[in-house]
Amino acid sequence: MPLNPHASNPMNFKSYSPKYFYDEYFEGFQAPRPFIKPLVDRIESLDRGDLVHRQRAAENALFHLGITFNVYGEQDGVEKIFPFDILPRIINSDEWDLIERGLKQRIYALNLFLDDVYNDEKIIKDGVISKEIILSSGAYLEQCRGLKPPKGIWCHISGVDLVRNESGQIYVLEDNLRCPSGVSYVLGNRLILKQTLPRIFDTMRVRPVDNYPNSLLDAMDYLVSDSLPDPTKVILTPGIFNSAYFEHSFLAREMGIELVEGSDLTVQDGLVYMKTTKGLQRVDSIYRRIDDDFLDPNCFRPDSVLGVPGLMDVYRNGRVALINAPGTGVADDKAIYSYVPDIIKYYLNEDPIIPNVPTYLCEKEKDRQHVLANLNRLVVKEVNASGGYGMLIGPHATDEMRNLFREKILANPRNYIGQPTLSLSRMPVLVKRHFEGRHVDLRPFVIYGEDIYVLPGGLTRVALKKGSLVVNSSQGGGSKDTWVLY
Amino acid sequence: MLSRVANSIFWMSTYLERAENVARFIRVNLQLILDLPLEFKKESHWKPLVHITGDESYFQEHFGDATMENVIQWHTFDPNYPNSILNCVQNARENARSIREIISSEMWEQINTFYQEMIHPEAKEKAFKDPFSFYKKVLLTCHLLSGITDHTMHHDQPWRYFRLGRLLERADKTSRILDVKYFLLLPKMEYVGTSIDNIQWAALLKSISAFEAYRKKYRTYSPNNVAEFLLLNRDFPRSINYCLIKAEQSLNSITGSSFGTFNYPAEQLLGKLRSRFSYITIEEIMNYGLHELLDSLQFDLNAIGSSIYESFFSPDVKKPG
Repeated sequence: MPLNPHASNPMNFKSYSPKYFYDEYFEGFQAPRPFIKPLVDRIESLDRGDLVHRQRAAENALFHLGITFNVYGEQDGVEKIFPFDILPRIINSDEWDLIERGLKQRIYALNLFLDDVYNDEKIIKDGVISKEIILSSGAYLEQCRGLKPPKGIWCHISGVDLVRNESGQIYVLEDNLRCPSGVSYVLGNRLILKQTLPRIFDTMRVRPVDNYPNSLLDAMDYLVSDSLPDPTKVILTPGIFNSAYFEHSFLAREMGIELVEGSDLTVQDGLVYMKTTKGLQRVDSIYRRIDDDFLDPNCFRPDSVLGVPGLMDVYRNGRVALINAPGTGVADDKAIYSYVPDIIKYYLNEDPIIPNVPTYLCEKEKDRQHVLANLNRLVVKEVNASGGYGMLIGPHATDEMRNLFREKILANPRNYIGQPTLSLSRMPVLVKRHFEGRHVDLRPFVIYGEDIYVLPGGLTRVALKKGSLVVNSSQGGGSKDTWVLY
Repeated sequence: MLSRVANSIFWMSTYLERAENVARFIRVNLQLILDLPLEFKKESHWKPLVHITGDESYFQEHFGDATMENVIQWHTFDPNYPNSILNCVQNARENARSIREIISSEMWEQINTFYQEMIHPEAKEKAFKDPFSFYKKVLLTCHLLSGITDHTMHHDQPWRYFRLGRLLERADKTSRILDVKYFLLLPKMEYVGTSIDNIQWAALLKSISAFEAYRKKYRTYSPNNVAEFLLLNRDFPRSINYCLIKAEQSLNSITGSSFGTFNYPAEQLLGKLRSRFSYITIEEIMNYGLHELLDSLQFDLNAIGSSIYESFFSPDVKKPG
């Protein structure tokens, strides 16, 4: 019996089939998971036109709020609206507790690993991981050797990509420890969806996400709190043409701090200052959204015009905090990723709570043979690429593409890994006036300050193209609000 | 606040004010032309709108004749002319985009909507089909933005730069709107003081929302009265004197200087200019020559703009002492 007897043409999931995938909404045909059922009932009580109308209203609101991202290499206007689907991803309390514990464990261990590889190298000396694999990572920075970041924290902000396979098991797919983006969409999507589906939201008891900017401020303060009672904090952006510029500006606004570009900062007498209308003002804590290479032309790439000359010296002397520390990329290199279970075991003497996806390192002779022999079944990734670039999805690729990757792997094996093609879980999205299943992943955000804090939820990315497994915004992906229930 | 941010907010408000005033120019002209006697209509009455910009050669090269279509297209939609409404709105939005964390989200939302409306294919169609409604909509959007700004933005340093940009630009543009009327009528001096003249002055005043305020103060139209009102009135928000007084207050509140003193060259220049308009009489202006006065005003405003840049926006700032 529909809740709304007046709905003349109610929306329904009658023709929706989870097929042979794990579906985030349905355990079987027309059988919603128990914690999803209130939502499904409510959706089915809405008139079809009403839901379509709400979807449009949500898109409209995103457009007018200017919640956009920039796409590199596209001529027709640089800004795109990140496509948004009205049906939220919902995670129940038990599952979330597991995810939360797993992420805390992982980030805690990765931070210890970073501190170790740039200082004592115990993990190398104890033979858990070879020196060669660390030194050969493109993201390992010799300039960071001996670095002691404030409070021993390297990866203050991480966005860990999680996926679920057809049996329902959750895996970590990637650890993003280099200024991951997406959290502004988490906050923006929530704002929009609360307006779009207020009654459903109210009945489901969803954990709030609005505290993220405060947690970030607390973490920034914590780093310099010993010496400074009221530190000046800024966000450092490459500028308006960066793909994540919206996010930088959004966070600065939400946190109430200045958004600066490299040219707004200057190093004088061993301190960092920003150029204001009233002269120079000292800066104590910088959340930088500029890549390591561009941070300081005196230390890294000399041709960088985005960075601040002399910044690294000030940082080394402990007169400014950087979030994240430079050099963290070595811990999310896709080859080193395969060692994370060993890293957790080594530092914490625990088994990983969330497993890794099985990974073949092309550098290893045996693994490489396996990858080359199974190019039509595996996913091949460049170890330092992100955003869905530099990737081969074997089952969906042409022979030409597979041959190209074969040559690339043979030319530079250290640069490639192979993984089984996961059958990612799916959930319904609104397509025109009905529902269809699409693949999703989840990027929760973790802040490492005085404690490790996991934002309840995260960015659910959805591959909007039918059958596609690529969820990246630059490759036709969209997003959904993510509700973690109490 | 960051020098770059101050620069962006100053220019954002300048561009918005400029867009509003271009819409006003066009509305003045549309009004004036409707009221012209037939024998006038043969001539091109869109020329003054080209002339006042000082960009005649650009116009002739790209458009040729000063027809209504050409002038509207140029002032409103020309993507290559920096002062077209389209470009002003685009520049305002680009500036706003680089300081979204400084302005209120309501402001950003409205500026973004404004821009999306201007680039929509229907905008051009509407402008030519029903220019009165189109430019009225542009004006209303600008007013809405101005209201949203004053009511949602914290009235601290960034807002003061916003006001400063707006007021200096408005002083410049009010002087140019006066020019439109003078260029249109001066060649035919025999019409001065006739009913046609009166109708035109009324149209001019209405187009800058000054008609009612003017009527409360003066009984008749005369060039002297209208010029006095638009140049010297202390209380009408589009008069030049008003703009200069409020601009000086904004600048003083930025620097912390007390009224009548200065710590920066820009304050000195603006103080001098404001004093001139505070104490001069309309008779003195007419003896001096209205055009000459407006010319020197525009020159001084440019100098003040450069001086503000030097003192507050330029990247070569000093360390605290």
